[in-house]
Amino acid sequence: MSAALDLALCALILGVGLASMAGRGVFRAAIFFITYGLLVAIGWARLGAYDVALAEAAIGSGLTGVLLLAAHGRLRRLRAAAESLSRFNLPAAIAGGGVALSFGWAWFALPVPRAPDLTYALPQAGVGNPVTAVLLNFRAWDTLVESIVLLAALIGVWMMARDADWDAPLGLRYHARPSGVLASFGRILPPVGLIFGVYLVWAGAESTGGAFQGGTVLAAVGLVAMMAGIMRPPRVAQGAWRAALVLGPVVFLGSGLAGAALGAGFLTLPEALAKPAILTIEAALTVSIAVTLALLVLGPPDEGGQQA
Amino acid sequence: MTPLVVVLSLPLLTALSAIAVPASMRVTVALGGVVTTLIAALWLGGVVWHGGPVVLVLGGWQPPIGIVLRADGLAAALIVMSALVIAAVAAAARYEMAPTPAGPRASFGFWPLMLLLWAALNAVFVSRDLFNLYVGLELLSLAAVALVAISGTAQALASAMRYLLFALAGSLLYLAGVVLVYATHGTLDITLLGARVPSPVDALALGLMTAGLLAKTALFPFHVWLPPAHSAAPAPASALLSALVPKGSFLIVMRLWFEAMPDLAAPSALLALAAMGAIAVIWGGALALVQARLKLIVAYSTVAQLGYLFLVFPLAGGDGINQPWAAGAWTGAIFQALSHGLAKAAMFLAAGIYIAAVGSDRLGDLRGLARALPMTSFAFALAAVTLLGLPPSGGFTAKYLLMTSAFASGQWVWAIVLAGGGLLAALYLYRPVAALFTREIRVRPRAIPRAWQAIPLALAALAILLGLLSAMPFDLLQIGRPKPAEDGL
Repeated sequence: MSAALDLALCALILGVGLASMAGRGVFRAAIFFITYGLLVAIGWARLGAYDVALAEAAIGSGLTGVLLLAAHGRLRRLRAAAESLSRFNLPAAIAGGGVALSFGWAWFALPVPRAPDLTYALPQAGVGNPVTAVLLNFRAWDTLVESIVLLAALIGVWMMARDADWDAPLGLRYHARPSGVLASFGRILPPVGLIFGVYLVWAGAESTGGAFQGGTVLAAVGLVAMMAGIMRPPRVAQGAWRAALVLGPVVFLGSGLAGAALGAGFLTLPEALAKPAILTIEAALTVSIAVTLALLVLGPPDEGGQQA
Repeated sequence: MTPLVVVLSLPLLTALSAIAVPASMRVTVALGGVVTTLIAALWLGGVVWHGGPVVLVLGGWQPPIGIVLRADGLAAALIVMSALVIAAVAAAARYEMAPTPAGPRASFGFWPLMLLLWAALNAVFVSRDLFNLYVGLELLSLAAVALVAISGTAQALASAMRYLLFALAGSLLYLAGVVLVYATHGTLDITLLGARVPSPVDALALGLMTAGLLAKTALFPFHVWLPPAHSAAPAPASALLSALVPKGSFLIVMRLWFEAMPDLAAPSALLALAAMGAIAVIWGGALALVQARLKLIVAYSTVAQLGYLFLVFPLAGGDGINQPWAAGAWTGAIFQALSHGLAKAAMFLAAGIYIAAVGSDRLGDLRGLARALPMTSFAFALAAVTLLGLPPSGGFTAKYLLMTSAFASGQWVWAIVLAGGGLLAALYLYRPVAALFTREIRVRPRAIPRAWQAIPLALAALAILLGLLSAMPFDLLQIGRPKPAEDGL
């Protein structure tokens, strides 16, 4: 039974993946891509990688999907979207096919992977979820820099703004009818989303969840509220928003430096303090990830001028 | 350990502060961070020089669970060179990236992006973990792409987009290789991988990682994104992009081939790498000859100069017996990376001064500027001496070491490439130098503060000093040098 389910899932993933590439329209490709992300998330869940599944669903499918649809909307507004993607690209197809084939070969040549033995390390890590232990303790340096990569991407997006628009609110103006679906969604969704997002972060210490997944849900809440006109999109000049962007990385880096200053070592969490330290870092990171992701989707400040 | 932690964390902390503080405090905060980090970088160099490699086990977790950082002589030399370049770039950016000429958007973005790029470079230079290197590369590439877009013109945005696509494709290939390594050996640590049990998948993994890194290093034929991107950015950003960014991915190539998997260095693979490098030297030089704008000449020269770096592979390689010339080739390649960094940054900062003075970098408009801007033009000529590899510059030391090992190992083909590349560089750099030093003046320049003019001169002088006082950096590079760099691949 489960083998049949897995086979059907694999066929669906391949089919939808092909459909998203083979289609002509940008919109169609984006929709298929969102579906593809959800199917891959189910695939991760089938493999037992629930944290990856959540991240794939939230970021790979959800947030990226919104980004793609927003980009499609912008292209249409500029009438730049001739609504057809470039045609078959032979070099890219050969390169992609070559990498895929070599991975297929490697799958047969590889030994059965062995995960490093965490029996001794995990009890000292402060959290029960090995994924969170890896992200915030064993390989905290990676996660710290990753959270700053997100910020670098946002600054990069802001650099796309026109100079004249720099003081404008971020993103395009959204108009929602006061009694429309979006406006009622904007009132109903945020409370539910807030609870779910905070739960994901809290649960991440012991089971599935974490700052990235929770932050994405919170970012979606903010985006819905802004699209529904309940919340005003921020401006770059607003210091509080910029402080929210850097809060998580600053707390993370600060705790790492505190470890060094107290003699434990850079990014070292003494066993007794590990759990509260990780929860504090995760809470601060969630705020920054949520704000950064939401602002990434909103895009650079834009007054809505037509010239490209 | 302390200077290493400062060098890693202070650029990050300063970047975060530069984002958060009000516009009026931004430059002060950024410059404070730059000066302190520069001091820490020199301190780290001194610590490595006196006490040997500095090792930092992050979080107290040994690999394969945790990440180890190690500042050997190679990392320390690159960290010091980057710190000197960035200090100069920051000093020039006080003029060029101020709100009045650059606008509020660019003057906001430049400082955090420069500092993030710096943090990423330092993180890459000392990391011993393949996935951690990927994270560092991501930060490096994103900051670099954003620095291209910063000038805001349609051409800059298009070049940034093309750069982004190449950089992301490179990241994916590298990551694919890292995945295979981890699946095969259960570790990402370069030292542990050096002692691994070889597997048939290793060659595929190394090939994928190297291909990705070559795209990021802009080695021929992956160089097409570089000249438009480096010339479209504002001059201080171009200096960072050309002098420092390719060195990050090149260093990882060196770590992979000399430290993680030296056993895979088949002669054919080494030959292929050097062949691409040789074509880059000739092709980049030839295209630099036909450009009409100074920044494009300097950018194509980067394509050529990066090519030399890859001659190290066959020169340090061979048939497995102890080769006395291998150490010379390895040190020569690193000297080339260091001296090119200093000289190229000097050239781009000089170009920035010319653009500020006459509003253009067309060779025709630069005619006779040596009279009005003697310090800048002298700096450009000095930097040219280094790129040509003339004594007594750092570029000379680099080419001398490479040339010696080419003759010692009987691989005279690479000696011809070295000599031909030098000749081409003489030809393509003659054009701007000749234009600058003619007697007639085409465009009357605006006055440029003397302190600004002195910045590229300081960098160009450092590139010369690297050759004059080459014994000290030479000895620094030998500290913690991998075994295959001594004995050959």
